[in-house]
Amino acid sequence: MTAGDRPEIIDESGDKYKYGFVTEIDADTAPKGLNADIIRLISAKKGEPDWLLEKRLKAFEYWQTMTEPSWAKLSYDKIDYQDLCYYSAPKRKNGPKSLDEVDKELLKTYDKLGIPLKEQEALAGVVAVDAVFDSVSVATTYRAKLAEKGVIFCSISEAVKEHPELVKKYLGSVVPYTDNFFACLNSAVFTDGSFVYIPKGVRCPMELSTYFRINARNTGQFERTLIVADEGSYVSYLEGCTAPRRDENQLHAAIVEIVVLDNAEVKYSTVQNWYPGDKNGKGGVYNFVTKRAACRGVNSKVSWTQVETGSAVTWKYPSCVLQGDNSSGEFYSVALTNNRQQADTGTKMIHIGKNTVSKIISKGISAGFSNQTYRGLVKVAPTADNARNYSQCDSLLIGSTCGSHTVPYIENRNRSATLEHEATTSKISDEQLFYCKSRGISEEDAVSLIVNGFCREVMQQLPMEFAIEAAKLININLEGSVG
Amino acid sequence: MSTALLEIEDLHARVAGKEIIKGLNLTINEGEVHAVMGPNGAGKSTLSYVLSGKPGYEVTGGTIKFRGRDLLSMPPEDRAREGLFLIMQYPVEIPGVPVTGFLKHAVNAGRKYRGEPELDTMEFIKMLREEGRKLGIDAEMLKRAVNVGFSGGEKKRLETLQMTILKPQLAILDEADSGLDIDALKVVAEGVNRLRDDRRSLLVITHYQRLLNYIVPDVVHVFAEGHIVRSGGKNLALELEETGYAEFVKEK
Repeated sequence: MTAGDRPEIIDESGDKYKYGFVTEIDADTAPKGLNADIIRLISAKKGEPDWLLEKRLKAFEYWQTMTEPSWAKLSYDKIDYQDLCYYSAPKRKNGPKSLDEVDKELLKTYDKLGIPLKEQEALAGVVAVDAVFDSVSVATTYRAKLAEKGVIFCSISEAVKEHPELVKKYLGSVVPYTDNFFACLNSAVFTDGSFVYIPKGVRCPMELSTYFRINARNTGQFERTLIVADEGSYVSYLEGCTAPRRDENQLHAAIVEIVVLDNAEVKYSTVQNWYPGDKNGKGGVYNFVTKRAACRGVNSKVSWTQVETGSAVTWKYPSCVLQGDNSSGEFYSVALTNNRQQADTGTKMIHIGKNTVSKIISKGISAGFSNQTYRGLVKVAPTADNARNYSQCDSLLIGSTCGSHTVPYIENRNRSATLEHEATTSKISDEQLFYCKSRGISEEDAVSLIVNGFCREVMQQLPMEFAIEAAKLININLEGSVG
Repeated sequence: MSTALLEIEDLHARVAGKEIIKGLNLTINEGEVHAVMGPNGAGKSTLSYVLSGKPGYEVTGGTIKFRGRDLLSMPPEDRAREGLFLIMQYPVEIPGVPVTGFLKHAVNAGRKYRGEPELDTMEFIKMLREEGRKLGIDAEMLKRAVNVGFSGGEKKRLETLQMTILKPQLAILDEADSGLDIDALKVVAEGVNRLRDDRRSLLVITHYQRLLNYIVPDVVHVFAEGHIVRSGGKNLALELEETGYAEFVKEK
């Protein structure tokens, strides 16, 4: 690709954010501000049933009594929630039946992002893509093949209309609107997201993937994802994120809920590359996400894998509630912060059922003037006989101006539990760099090799193509961090 | 007829403000094997680090030419790409980076520098396994992280494998025999000897004569108090084994 194709990519500060471009599309945008009328507007725009509107209004009422949490090791300008837009949808007539009907500008944007939205690309990648552009799903592929197996993979809005019984039963059952400030806000104003249902005994025939993208200016993003894995089923879900660059901070407060029933398994992988702001910390996405999985069934299993390289501020703790006996939860994380990025991230493992097992592998890399905190909770309830947890938190520092902190909380209320926690902090040593150089490897390559080596245990959890993309992202984000 | 590969003239170098190399002169021609022997603390390892460009080893005087070019003006990675290789006494661990991937990076960095196309991954792995086998390195070891949990012998064998793969013009062996039992020593020496031809040269830095039974030098230098105090043929090494280094240290 020549520079001419993407004049916006390199700005005067020489920033390298590859995905920094803005698509010109007429957005159907609500006025700024948040009140009950705006919520009614969102609900009406989406043609929602009354029960959902009531849920939203109830959440909004509760949200007004809440205060933004301040316990995380993050500092950012106060968010004016009345200065944001809560609804923005690409204009469409009767909804596209195929890609031919999708806005050409939109398709071009996805091309730039390298999203395999076109049929042939989807074929080549063999993934179903439920792409979310701003707030409304615009295209869904591979639905037929999934439908054959009885797998439902659609936008939350569609699911509300077509599968209301499932949505009613499970939406908000893992993350109730009272859970936390950002989750409550999402419950009131969520616009769209993905819904997945895997029926009993079905192994989903392909990896499911969603690409999120924040676009219209000043539009908060409130994605809502719900995944239900019925008894004995299996699904691997991939979430990849990129965002165009801009100067104002953008708020993102998503909720992902996963329900795992008897003997079912869900793998959820994320590569998050939202705009991190420039070298001086100007701009960038504020990412306040609530992700939680409920392992309700016996022998149920959930695994979170995340590679976090983007956002100016990250507040995210994908969690597992291990209710079913013998259920297991895993959390594999790589978080890379550079320049002025801040990340407060980790996980919660709540052991309730007997013989429940959890594993936490967290790898944090800090460079530049960035600050990073691992915050994790392992909680063992009195009912959780023979619960086991293994936690490993490793931090790698690049340079001497960044910060790394590890805050593990352990609450054990059962004597039969086995809990292990290991933590290390290291720096890339001059000896390692010299060793690589003495073999002909440049400093930049050496750093990327060492960092990728450091994260290997986590990267190995990602599906192959995702792992390659993630490794590239890490290298892009490391640029200029040494020397 | 012989072409100089490495020419060191009146080299002075210091580490942490202390002068360690004081007026060293040494010329190694293509195809020659030179041994530098000397007492501990004489500055033998300093010489190997100065040649390979390790940060903290400061050259305060003199010149070094490698293949006719000014070695000291090159960053360490370019020295390696030009064909200089150091078998380290204490190779460092690089967690999570498998040997295969590491070596592929190294090989391709050199090829790119010389304007050659990158090696095909499958071909590279085949070649690596073959060379590894000769050094008693199995496919399993190639998958392990570089030097992590390696025994002393395994580390030296891996260093030798890297040398074999990178095919340097000049290989410097810094105390390559330290921590090796006799069998491992033989394997390493055989690997080094396989690389010998009339163009490639070796600089063997060692305290003991033992290694030189297996890698037979053309020239032996005695290095003491920061420079070469005596040079001779391979028999000089045997002589030193008898007499020790005491007389050279006293000389000053």
